Amino acid sequence: MSTTYILRGVRPYGGDPVDLVLAGGVIESVTGAGEARPAAAGQDVVEIDAAGLVALPGLVDLHTHLREPGREDAETVWSGTRAAAAGGFTAVHAMANTTPTQDTAGVVEQVWRLGRDAGWADVQPVGAVTVGLAGERLAELGAMADSRARVRVFSDDGKCVHDPVLMRRALEYVKAFDGVVAQHAQEPRLTEGAQMNEGVVSAEIGLTGWPAAAEEAIIARDVLLAEHVGSRLHVCHLSTARSVEIIRWAKSRGVDVTAEVTPHHLILTDELARGYNPVFKVNPPLRTAEDVEAVRQGLADGTIDIVATDHAPHPVEDKDCEWAAAAFGMTGLETALSVVQSTMVDTGRMTWADVARVLSSAPARIGRIEDRHGRPLDAGEPANLVLVDPAATRRIDGAAQVTASTNTPFQGMELPGRVVATFLRGRATVLDGTPVEPAALGSDTFEGAAR
Amino acid sequence: MKHLLSTADLSKDDAILLLDTAAQMAATQSREIKKLPTLRGRTVVNLFFEDSTRTRISFETAAKRLSADVINFSAKGSSVSKGESLKDTALTLHAMGADAVVVRHHASGAPHMLAHAGWLDAGVLNAGDGTHQHPTQALLDAFTIRRHLVGQRSGTDPVGADLAGLRVAIVGDVLHSRVARSNVHLLHTLGAEVTLVSPPTLLPVGVEAWPCRVSYHLDETLLQWQPDAVMMLRVQRERMGGGSGAFFPSPQEYSRTFGLNARRLAFLPDHAIVMHPGPMNRGLEISADAADHVRSVIVEQVANGVAVRMAALYLLLAGNESSERNAL
Repeated sequence: MSTTYILRGVRPYGGDPVDLVLAGGVIESVTGAGEARPAAAGQDVVEIDAAGLVALPGLVDLHTHLREPGREDAETVWSGTRAAAAGGFTAVHAMANTTPTQDTAGVVEQVWRLGRDAGWADVQPVGAVTVGLAGERLAELGAMADSRARVRVFSDDGKCVHDPVLMRRALEYVKAFDGVVAQHAQEPRLTEGAQMNEGVVSAEIGLTGWPAAAEEAIIARDVLLAEHVGSRLHVCHLSTARSVEIIRWAKSRGVDVTAEVTPHHLILTDELARGYNPVFKVNPPLRTAEDVEAVRQGLADGTIDIVATDHAPHPVEDKDCEWAAAAFGMTGLETALSVVQSTMVDTGRMTWADVARVLSSAPARIGRIEDRHGRPLDAGEPANLVLVDPAATRRIDGAAQVTASTNTPFQGMELPGRVVATFLRGRATVLDGTPVEPAALGSDTFEGAAR
Repeated sequence: MKHLLSTADLSKDDAILLLDTAAQMAATQSREIKKLPTLRGRTVVNLFFEDSTRTRISFETAAKRLSADVINFSAKGSSVSKGESLKDTALTLHAMGADAVVVRHHASGAPHMLAHAGWLDAGVLNAGDGTHQHPTQALLDAFTIRRHLVGQRSGTDPVGADLAGLRVAIVGDVLHSRVARSNVHLLHTLGAEVTLVSPPTLLPVGVEAWPCRVSYHLDETLLQWQPDAVMMLRVQRERMGGGSGAFFPSPQEYSRTFGLNARRLAFLPDHAIVMHPGPMNRGLEISADAADHVRSVIVEQVANGVAVRMAALYLLLAGNESSERNAL
């Protein structure tokens, strides 16, 4: 028998307070505040005073690097999904650039199973488009789609599928199982040795530039290809003002394209490279203030569909070195919601309902897991949800985060909002802002995971 | 001054102090006994991750003339080539008690990391990092310009003087040049005007934010702008190859368009000087008759390099101890 939770006075999507009752893995009832029936003696019921807290459907990340198998020194499926829960996520899409690569049914099933066993969040593996991410021949996309992992998102993320013929074939092929190719848009010749955004800052500090046009050229090509063959395309982590314009243009033509932006591209700029601290080294690179404004605008007006973390944990030694020798990437699962609140909600550009769209329902739909995640907060729906205290502020400390790596670009920054609780099919994975270890859940763990 | 990492960080007062100190150092170098006791007992490490015999010897000479103990640490054949990290190298130097580290590194920002990452507490002197900065090169260039173009005009020792009103053309591969970046900032700080002359492929995107003019035409710049000094940059042979990645069509075309030769020298005012940070590609960016011309100060730049590096080491290691300064 699982625990029943009564969330008193919670505000779904930031609206009027209600009582939510979570029982049997679903939202049992939604009633007016104070109307939910109190627990009878002997029942396994926990009441939570949720006054002031905002309830959102459990967050869904379309772009997470869990690093397992291969780089367990940076993160494991267990530690990464635990960090996801701490950040309010109930599902994550695990990127394919593991070692071995997630390019066969066997590897994607392994990652999927590791996620199931960990029990912190549903792990939906992303399949590689090409064998070994080498960009030379298609991986067995159909086998991954038919596996128990039911892969629907395919990406060579970290590398661009730059061969136009290969990209066309991939776009066409995944139509058979309603898949989507998620492109890491980076023209390789224009970005050889690239270290940071090409512009005023790179010119002065002498780091090799990553021109915006190298991203935009690939996005432009891909939306034209997607239109030509009538396929679904997803653009990973777009970062420039002109990329937003190209997506806007493509959508106006009816191209079936979706786009994501990362939290860090919503708030940080290339000025941060001036101190040569590689914690700010990321791919695509941090851009200019004008680009930041453009991606915020694109997210607010719906041109950009979702926010995805591109959570990229790295061990200390890969960041505690000279810039050129450092790895690309930054952690993001535990700061994503706060960054979105800071840049989009507290600035009045988006409502909490919009946040639920860009961080839950839209990514769930793109990943084709919308039957389980990103559901409305209605009676009878799966009890996947997160409670946020929007009035809280916290100072970010990489060492105090749940992820196994410390490479947060927000070290020492004060950010608004705190995840108070996360529920995965009615089980609390986080309570009082702290992960609830599966051992404390008793028999409920297996039951929940098997559902 | 704790570190010398970039000319962009130097105030005008600091820059002039460095040049004036270098002038004092240079004066001692005409004595029969060139060695000064100033840095006796101090340890200077030359940490070179890139081959540069000229720069290393210049720093080594400077440190030895100040009586410092000098340790040369070359990345080749050391643990660095076996994969030791910059951090572990720094921790090793810290454990050995280095007072100053002169670092040459292929990665832009590596000296900045050494100075600020908390790995060691020695003063860090940037001897060239990637395509970022080479501050002592810019200082020796400014020192040379000041001696010739300010000192000679006024007929007095130019102590305390800046470079106000002077025009300097910097010609060649600006994109990959730490010398150009260092010079643009320092010359601007000292009041000089700078024009960069380069094919568009060898200028960085973002150069428009630099405090200088940009031209694609050498003849026009020399004839119409009449620079007081022309600084030729080395063009590396590897920039010409690479098929579609080459930065210009051929060495011949580069030389025709951007090379300094006797014909172009004649466009300059009589007092103008010719400079080059070395090593030169004779016949490519500079012809032999221009390099060896009476207006060429290229060999003098090398000599001034020792004085400027003595000044930098002195100000880093003993600059706060005024009694020692007075003992010079």
